[in-house]
Amino acid sequence: MIKKILLIGNPNVGKSVIFSRLTGVRVIASNYPGTTVEFCRGCIGSGAEKIDVVDVPGTYSLDPTSPAERVAVAMLDRAVEAKDSIAVNVLDATNLERNLNLTLQLLKKDIPVIVALNLWDEAKHIGITIDVNTLEKTLGVPIVATVAITGEGIKELVNRLGDAAKGEYSYDNDERWHEVGRIVDRVQSIKHKHHTVGERLGDLTIHPWTGIPIAFVILFLLFFVIRFIGEGLIAYITEPFFGNIWAPLIMQVSRVIGPGNLLHKIIIGELIDGAIDFQQSFGILTTGLYVPIGAVLPYIFAFYLVLSILEDTGYLPRLAVLLDNTLHIIGLHGMAIVPMFLAAGCNVPGVLATRILETKRERFIAATLMSISIPCVAQTAMITGLLGKYGARGLFPVFATLIVVWLVAGNILRLLVKGESPEIFTEIPPYRLPHLMTLIKKVWMRIHWFLHEAVPFVLLGVFAVNILYALGVITWLGNITGPITTRLLGLPLKAVGALLIGFFRKDIAVGMLAPLGLTLKQLIIASVVLTMYFPCIATFVVLLKELGIVDMFKAAFVMISSALIVGGLLNVIL
Amino acid sequence: MTELRLTDMQAGQTGKVTRVHGGHGFRRRLEALGMRPGMKVTKVSGQIMRGPIVVKIGNTQIAIGFGMAYRVFVEV
Repeated sequence: MIKKILLIGNPNVGKSVIFSRLTGVRVIASNYPGTTVEFCRGCIGSGAEKIDVVDVPGTYSLDPTSPAERVAVAMLDRAVEAKDSIAVNVLDATNLERNLNLTLQLLKKDIPVIVALNLWDEAKHIGITIDVNTLEKTLGVPIVATVAITGEGIKELVNRLGDAAKGEYSYDNDERWHEVGRIVDRVQSIKHKHHTVGERLGDLTIHPWTGIPIAFVILFLLFFVIRFIGEGLIAYITEPFFGNIWAPLIMQVSRVIGPGNLLHKIIIGELIDGAIDFQQSFGILTTGLYVPIGAVLPYIFAFYLVLSILEDTGYLPRLAVLLDNTLHIIGLHGMAIVPMFLAAGCNVPGVLATRILETKRERFIAATLMSISIPCVAQTAMITGLLGKYGARGLFPVFATLIVVWLVAGNILRLLVKGESPEIFTEIPPYRLPHLMTLIKKVWMRIHWFLHEAVPFVLLGVFAVNILYALGVITWLGNITGPITTRLLGLPLKAVGALLIGFFRKDIAVGMLAPLGLTLKQLIIASVVLTMYFPCIATFVVLLKELGIVDMFKAAFVMISSALIVGGLLNVIL
Repeated sequence: MTELRLTDMQAGQTGKVTRVHGGHGFRRRLEALGMRPGMKVTKVSGQIMRGPIVVKIGNTQIAIGFGMAYRVFVEV
């Protein structure tokens, strides 16, 4: 009786897509190796015939060389021991030789195997023909050609799961590569095809002299599209919704509760001139909902749409190669440019995107660095509005300082933070056209994640701010930090309020500086310090979630101390 | 026939891997992605200033850090 199905195969062969097809469980699948770093569970069938399906991280061999591979091998060993599982070995038909190496190792294990020969369409397309019957006879296990992304062959795969067999292929382990070679010679024929235009274009994107200019164009377009979609959604959907539909509704609630009491303060917040101001009222149902849904969600959507396209085409690993050297300066490798760049839209998706990086050290450096030196679009817009009237004299010092901070602080973190930053060693997948339905599902999954995981934290944060205000904690904090702010940073005591609000929302905080009548020097210092000293609450909760509490404390120390140092220096220099 | 390091190959040049310097784990890691003695590799590109090298082995393109590529020898 089969109780469990393990999906095993090389990275980036489509295991996660097959997993989704079999179970209906949505998981993230992308066109680069290493999307699945933890296993994922689902099931097939129902009732007594219910079978668990496990999406195992990709591995090139059963001699594990990385943590993700160790997870895969350990899971396989457990399944072999339990004797209630079968292995669905997913193969990339375009790379039969490399994939068969794992298959032969798998056949030595005491577990029934069935092979899914995936990417069958792509193999055909590039002129590779594989004799499935001969391969099936040679290995002694059922083999099904599949195109997971369109669902082709999945039904046959399910129907033949019961035929899974322990392979009868015996060979000497030291001769494994020779055996693989012999099998490939027998079953595979390649019709040589010339370089297609697409491949030639693909090569251009990875040569330094052509690739780097192309990368700049793509990165610029990426940023532009994200802003365009995000701003468009806010202007035409969320703003009208909150202004025309939500505000009147909440006003009704406000009248019922009655302004002035603590409950009103927590749920609705302050009424500004007798009306709700979604950016300043500070209640759970007003600002608390407006910030994540009205202001951040449109950017989350835009960000994930663009990132998903980038992931599914296969451009990301190429960008990583081109920018590898540059990112080594700050202790990271090429892949880190993507989270950095997206943080310039909003730090929340920026921090989330640090998951692209492999080690804890890299994620810590990237997340800390973006929190310090990359203002989100909303804040950038406010700073530009505030300092724009001074022209380059006002704007240049702010953004030049932040760029220098990014490089210098990154370099310092590279020297101080312990842990590993491995050299780049990765498969670069062929360019693929994103599959529309898969793309839509993926973007939806990620939005769903944001709504479920981030929004409650934001609401909780607003609740906490209200309680702290009511208890006088925030005013008290203002009084004790006041002297430092005025003496070290040269800012008036009134600016402390903005710095406090900056914990909550950076754009409002920058806006609060406008009526204070600050000098240009004070505006520059306040803008830089507001960017650096601490993340806004939305970023903070995501940072806390991604880094854990201990590393969040370390990151916060770096943020606050570097903000004071840079702010103090600016106060002396300017 | 000359033997040279992967890092010294020209873009577009094809060679056959002769040996990989390094421990067992390192060799196995490279082997798993197809970089092992006897395999034909074509260098696709190398980034300036000791950046990563991209090679094509069979139908796969692989990016490998300069330090790692320096330990791979090919015959051209």
